[in-house]
Amino acid sequence: MTNLINNLGIILYATLIYTTPLLYAALGSCFSEVSGVVNIGIEGMMTAGAFTGTVVAYFTGNPWIGFLCGGLAGAFFGMLHAIATVRLGADQTIAGTAINMLGPGIVIMIAKVMFNSTDTIPLEASMKIPRLFRGVFDTSTVFGRFMDNVFANYASTYLVFLAVAVVWFVFYKTRFGLRLRACGEHPQACETLGINVLRTRFLCVCMSGFLSGLGGACVTMAISTQFRPISIVGQGFIAIAAVIFGKFRPQGALLGCLLFGFCSGLKVVLGGSSGIDMQLISMIPYAITVIVLILFVGKSRVPAANGKPYIKSK
Amino acid sequence: MIRKKSFLDAVAENRFIHTILSIVLGFLVGAVFLAVMGLSVGEAYGRLISSVTSLKGFSYVIVYSIPYVVAGLSVAFSFKTGVFNIGAEGQFVVGAMAAAVVGILAGGLPKLVLIPLCFLTAMIAGAIWGVIVGFLKTRWGINEVLSMIMFNWIAFYLSNFIAGIPAIHSDGTAEATKNISENASTLFSKEFINSLGLAPTFNWGFLVAIAATILVWFIIEKTTLGYELKAVGSNKFAAEYGGINVNRSILTALAISGALAGLAGALQLMGMGSRISVFSSQEGFGFAGIVVALMGCSNPFGVLLAGVFYGALVFGGSKLNLVGAPTQLINVIVGTVVFFIAISTIFRYLKYLKKAPKQPVAAKKEKEADKA
Repeated sequence: MTNLINNLGIILYATLIYTTPLLYAALGSCFSEVSGVVNIGIEGMMTAGAFTGTVVAYFTGNPWIGFLCGGLAGAFFGMLHAIATVRLGADQTIAGTAINMLGPGIVIMIAKVMFNSTDTIPLEASMKIPRLFRGVFDTSTVFGRFMDNVFANYASTYLVFLAVAVVWFVFYKTRFGLRLRACGEHPQACETLGINVLRTRFLCVCMSGFLSGLGGACVTMAISTQFRPISIVGQGFIAIAAVIFGKFRPQGALLGCLLFGFCSGLKVVLGGSSGIDMQLISMIPYAITVIVLILFVGKSRVPAANGKPYIKSK
Repeated sequence: MIRKKSFLDAVAENRFIHTILSIVLGFLVGAVFLAVMGLSVGEAYGRLISSVTSLKGFSYVIVYSIPYVVAGLSVAFSFKTGVFNIGAEGQFVVGAMAAAVVGILAGGLPKLVLIPLCFLTAMIAGAIWGVIVGFLKTRWGINEVLSMIMFNWIAFYLSNFIAGIPAIHSDGTAEATKNISENASTLFSKEFINSLGLAPTFNWGFLVAIAATILVWFIIEKTTLGYELKAVGSNKFAAEYGGINVNRSILTALAISGALAGLAGALQLMGMGSRISVFSSQEGFGFAGIVVALMGCSNPFGVLLAGVFYGALVFGGSKLNLVGAPTQLINVIVGTVVFFIAISTIFRYLKYLKKAPKQPVAAKKEKEADKA
């Protein structure tokens, strides 16, 4: 029993650790996709945020300025994507692929010049995103240890769950949200009703970059302490998958990210205790995602105008 | 009113010229980055050019290009048929792994049997990996981009797992498989390579890549199958109305695209790597294939050129650190090239440069507004 509670605590801790960056990026992806712009550049925007966040935190000593700047770096690449896809009617897949090359390319090059290495200098504990409720729970008892594992988590984790609620509210309870969703379904109809489709989409794509940047910053400022070229390997794509999994809704993306995070948490515990080959265990999150899709989720309806550039006629 | 076609008009409308302009702009942006970092542009680009123009350097470029060309063909084929094969990465990995397993376990077979067998298993493995995703889509309506992302990682871990199986794993301490049998290698003979002073990994895989290019062009442009696949790609509903079985077309397209990616994996293994290492992150040949397909405008011969260009940049880029420039410069250049290809509509404004003075001002203003 003690063992079980311990393990469960570790699994939940790992779940939250894995889920947080994915969830930021997935919320970002929601903004862009729902407004009608395919954004496969999430990965590149996350990398930009991961690097900028940790570098700014290192030089200012303040994790929150770093975290914010990570988001802004992501937003910068989001803006590039928006200029190309929204203003210039570019093919969204091509532009996104370009962002995925430019983001890592530029920041790793800057790292090389600044630090004479592709890795940044590790952050000190005070420069990292703080963990809340540290030492509140008595870790000498089993229950206390469980609570400590689950609730003494990084502030960024608490923030992202708050962000899900905010995004849900914006999407479904505000005028902007209604317009945003309409732009992804039928931009021509929006325009006739006086909604500025281009501006709405532009904002949404920048927002997706900002949130992805925050997600990237979580990886290097909370989970790890430094930026390395392998800090962001595929999380951006997993976030996109989570959004498709969640049928392009923020609450669905939350479920997708949690499922993936939980399976990754399971991997941590299984990898330590069972005799199964680590490589096979590592497949679990990906395999389970596919199986859950087949069994419970099924077809995901893509917003009708998703991927189609909107050209404003005169 | 019909305007006479001027030189600028031709420039403004030709996609090939757009790509060339994008490449020029990519190098310009790369130069700006070099200058900002305080490095000599001439020295870096000089190194880049000198390292790929010697005979030995060029032979390196050719062998580097092989997997990029074939992976690019895989993605280009999928684009033509309306599917976005972001799963080329996984298909590449299972293809390389399948070729490695055959090349190690059936190493006793003569060259004439073993090499085609390796190619065939790699292509079947890649095709299966593609068809699974297609089946999930046609049977349960599961978004192919999602399942491809998942299957890329499953392939990655599967390859690492198989590399650890005792019959395949290296006898030494290396975290890799055994080397494939000599009989499965596509390398030219040592005497031939040494006598010309070529790259030690110079292999005849490039002939396969050229053959694949012609074959893909033939399938797309000259066969009924290609016509059907293209029809489904451009309008699924019209194709169905016209009597084409859409689901079967999607499966066929993914099978062919997957087989090409698998072949790319086999070519890389049998010519360059000769064994599979246990990696900590994806190698990215499939993702590079997407970039190559985009640079080649999804045209098979365009892909061939783009693949060689990409191979040259990757090889030349690996020499950049000799002059103190970061290798990552290559990603910035290629990223910029792809970005300008995406927004190549801006090159249309070129035709306003000469005539009709009102429009260039408006176009310019719009461009400036976009930049701001």
